[in-house]
Amino acid sequence: MYDPASAIKGKQAVFEAHPENAAVKALADLATDAKFDRGELTITVARENIIAAATAVQQAGYNFFEDVTAVDWYPSEPRFQISYSILSHKLKQRIRLVVRLDGEGPSLDSITSVWPAANFYEREVFDLFGVHFSGHPNLRRIMMPEDWKGHPLRKDYPVEGYR
Amino acid sequence: MTPPVEELPGVTPVNAINPGIDDLIANSARNRQNPPPSDQTMIINMGPQHPSTHGVLRLVIEVDGETIVGLAPDIGYLHTGIEKTCEAKFYQQVVPMTDRIDYLCPMTNNLAYALAVEKLLGLEIPERAQYLRVLFNELTRIQSHLVWLGTHAMDIGALTVFLYCFREREDLLRIFEAVAGQRMMTSYVRVGGLSVEPPRDIYAKIRTFLKNFPAHVEEYEGLLQTNPIWMNRLKGVGHLSAEDAIALGVTGPPLRASGVDFDVRRDMPYSGYEKFQFNVPVSDVGDVWARYIVRMQEFRESVKICLQALDGLPEGPIVADAPKIILPNREQMKTQMESLIHHFKIVTEGFGVPAGEATSSVEAPHGMMNYYVVSDGTAKPYRVHMRNPGFATLQALETMCKGRLLADVVAVIGSIDIVLGEIDR
Repeated sequence: MYDPASAIKGKQAVFEAHPENAAVKALADLATDAKFDRGELTITVARENIIAAATAVQQAGYNFFEDVTAVDWYPSEPRFQISYSILSHKLKQRIRLVVRLDGEGPSLDSITSVWPAANFYEREVFDLFGVHFSGHPNLRRIMMPEDWKGHPLRKDYPVEGYR
Repeated sequence: MTPPVEELPGVTPVNAINPGIDDLIANSARNRQNPPPSDQTMIINMGPQHPSTHGVLRLVIEVDGETIVGLAPDIGYLHTGIEKTCEAKFYQQVVPMTDRIDYLCPMTNNLAYALAVEKLLGLEIPERAQYLRVLFNELTRIQSHLVWLGTHAMDIGALTVFLYCFREREDLLRIFEAVAGQRMMTSYVRVGGLSVEPPRDIYAKIRTFLKNFPAHVEEYEGLLQTNPIWMNRLKGVGHLSAEDAIALGVTGPPLRASGVDFDVRRDMPYSGYEKFQFNVPVSDVGDVWARYIVRMQEFRESVKICLQALDGLPEGPIVADAPKIILPNREQMKTQMESLIHHFKIVTEGFGVPAGEATSSVEAPHGMMNYYVVSDGTAKPYRVHMRNPGFATLQALETMCKGRLLADVVAVIGSIDIVLGEIDR
């Protein structure tokens, strides 16, 4: 069974435990927090540094963008956790980049300039969570109809009754 | 010169009727480089009801004569909000939802979800369950590729292959029915193991299928690879370079057909795949033909893996030893007080999962499938997100079709093997 004590938390502890990891080396300056839990490395970066962080990990060998999604921690703040999953074909490992956003007008920079694959995924997060990606070439709803009101995957979105 | 349509009084602007056009204009290749004179092009809709779009995919295509200058997929017609529904279910109740995402490979979806939750729980899965998971995953891959080959060939006009493929698929669905009680929505792989022990006589049936199947693959190849129409429709069509494939997030057979040698089963093994010997077919041509060749080879590799799984299948339990998470069997439940209590608690309250987040990654028939599960410590997942291969591969459709003829779109859609259920979720 999972032992919570096995998780390494905090930037300093993770960076000391995994000094050879390519992502740890690349993000030494940009990381604000880090976690190594269940064999997965999670590095938190500041909202304004996401393009710099994406470029840094791409140059460190993490060549393949897998996924970006969000988690809504309503009602606590910072409300939105944006999780990027990035894979390296050569190193055969993945990292999770995390950006935390406030609930009021959540927005961050689009990483479509680094990985064009992020296009549809950022549109999905915009559609279902209402997070704005500045610099995205075509930020429109992708799943829901154009005239839909609200963002269904937010935790405060009503799941029953009339809209 | 006639005025633009939107300036005429009383006429609805064209983009209000047809929202996909905005998408096309914002994203199409013709706006990025070398636009043809706009009065020479025409915008046509393909789908959402179109026999070759494999579901409800709508494509807004801009053509200059018969040459494609821009293409924008419009998705969401099958959006059912499965990710939201998962948040209201107990962990074990999410398993049937995952069947319905990619309905051609339910076992793979079940496995990807189960692996993510097992990672959160820190469960050790017995070896027998792992071998059976691998066995049924590879049978699912064969089944999914059979649907791909049949429908792809039918789109191109080779109807015979479709009937032959569905004949073999029927054998596999009968096997799934005998094992899980369901032909398509199996829900067989559960958190912590498998739902039931397969019937004893099923292994002989699987062996018979595996013995006959390589001859059937040769039969399909005999029907297709000597057919000049099939070869001309596939060769040199829908080219995708390795750089584009990586930049656009393409995974699975289309990625390997573009020359990138990456397979999750071999490179980041899960569920005991490291114990199996198999080759990963790769081609560096990158066209529709290469994707066809790669998948035909995967048929043979899957047969090899299935045979190894049958030969090496160990005895033992099929569920992990965790009575507070896994339902007891009926015999125990009716004779032991402890088991009855566990049964009652699991059914009424579910089981708590330690807080945290986990990503699982499996090689589905269509590409890399990731499940991202976030737990807040309660009995229901806080967030379940699926990274499905078709969603990303669809982004590469424009790159593959641009500059080709309209009829090639059908061949390219067939070659990327999309399932709209997984794209729209």
